[in-house]
Amino acid sequence: MSPLLSLRNIWLEYGDKIVLENVNLDIEAGSFVSIIGPSGAGKSSLLRVVLGQEVPTRGRIFLDGEPLLSECGPDRGVVFQRYSVFPHLSALRNTVFGLECEKAPLSARLFGKARRAAEAEAAEMLDAVGLGHAMHVYPAQMSGGMQQRLAIAQALIKRPRILLLDEPFGALDPGIRADMHGLIRRLWRDNGLTIIMVTHDIREAFSLGTRVLAFDKRRHDPHAPHRFGATAVYDLPLRKAEPEETPDAADQGQPESKESVGHG
Amino acid sequence: MRWVNRHVRRGEGFLLGSLPILLLVLLYLVLAAQRHALNPMDKVLPLPGGMAEALSSLLFERDLLTGQIIFWADTVASLQRLGIGLGIATLAALVVGLVLGALPPVRATLGPLVTGIAVIPPIALLPILFIALGLGETAKVALIVIGIAPVMVRDITAHVAALPREQIVKAQTLGASSWQIMIRVALPQAMPRLLHAIRLSLGPAWVFLISAEAIASDVGLGYRIFLVRRYLSMDVIIPYVAWIALLAIVADVALVVASRKLYPWAMGGSH
Repeated sequence: MSPLLSLRNIWLEYGDKIVLENVNLDIEAGSFVSIIGPSGAGKSSLLRVVLGQEVPTRGRIFLDGEPLLSECGPDRGVVFQRYSVFPHLSALRNTVFGLECEKAPLSARLFGKARRAAEAEAAEMLDAVGLGHAMHVYPAQMSGGMQQRLAIAQALIKRPRILLLDEPFGALDPGIRADMHGLIRRLWRDNGLTIIMVTHDIREAFSLGTRVLAFDKRRHDPHAPHRFGATAVYDLPLRKAEPEETPDAADQGQPESKESVGHG
Repeated sequence: MRWVNRHVRRGEGFLLGSLPILLLVLLYLVLAAQRHALNPMDKVLPLPGGMAEALSSLLFERDLLTGQIIFWADTVASLQRLGIGLGIATLAALVVGLVLGALPPVRATLGPLVTGIAVIPPIALLPILFIALGLGETAKVALIVIGIAPVMVRDITAHVAALPREQIVKAQTLGASSWQIMIRVALPQAMPRLLHAIRLSLGPAWVFLISAEAIASDVGLGYRIFLVRRYLSMDVIIPYVAWIALLAIVADVALVVASRKLYPWAMGGSH
């Protein structure tokens, strides 16, 4: 099977500062890839390159064998740590937005039957992320966890080929974070998603991922630290393919993660 | 207890707020009474009775020349100029601000021009306006527009440009085009800011209105004030100034209420 996403010799430079150095990656469809590494190791830069928010200085990216346009598009969904939802729209309107953009290029609004159909689809998605009770609430009235649930629903309604998560649970408190782990694992399994997640939380990376990439600089020049970029220094496939091992209860995720580390 | 921690209740706040105003009115009355005791014909500090008398002739007697009630004719003329000027400036701020804020190439092209216009003192342009547009309504409205629009445009531009990058990227991953981002993401979020910008522009708009009316007009609140100044008619000027203040306060409160009613999500900072 050919990989869903391929990165070939990706370099990312800002002036004379090299951020990413010769990154080569193949990501299979249906995998859950966690990216960890110290601050400033280019994790988020890599995500922005895949997202199309940044153009790599050198190298090429292929999605399904096709070269990727260096602009964001609906084939790649994203959830950021913050500011992923639109503050002026209710949860339902936030979720419907993606459908409206596609179906009404000029007004970006749907009316009548089309609108009811889109709203029904959005309501289903909100139910799936546990926001069925808060459809008409504005983001400012939501907790951080609810906002991230909404951001996920908003991204998934476009059925993206890849879902990119940039420290999505970094700003949440531990209890909520465990709930969110359960949610994202369930969504990943039920919908057959391909996910790339950048995180600072190593436990989270191992408990959720089917593959963990550690980013860091291979070489270090103490006199010019910015002249060497980061790349994937460790690539650890985890045996986590059996879905029956992953129970629905979110809190049971942690002991399981330790086993996975052992396997890796 | 430290003063920074003192909380003022609603009723107390009303009382405290009205105190300095009452004191000022009292001071005025004492001074006016003193002057009138020395000279019953004093015109500089008229007593309330004198003001009411002067105002009633403007309120209830028709002007011999035009057949209109002067007070209301002045008010309507001024509010009309102000309204048209504010309307044009608001529309310009919204359209130009949105385009400049959302589209970097347009911002790079037109940004310096807007900045250049914004730094010109509008009153310095007044002679040009009068020469180019004549002494009619157009020049007065144009002065208001030129006076307040550049600041509003820059404010909206900055606000739109400062929308979190994450939101714009997210919209693109949801399939939105530049146009869709402008009308569905940037425009609604610019609206509360626009109402705020109108509030802040109301003061300058009045300044430009009164200036234009003072220099060339035949009706209007500013015109009347500058006309009766020749006769030292403080008994007309003071009620007119109070009336202008009242109109400005009403407009300000209306904008605050409208913003709260129309854009509840923008007030959600505190849950």
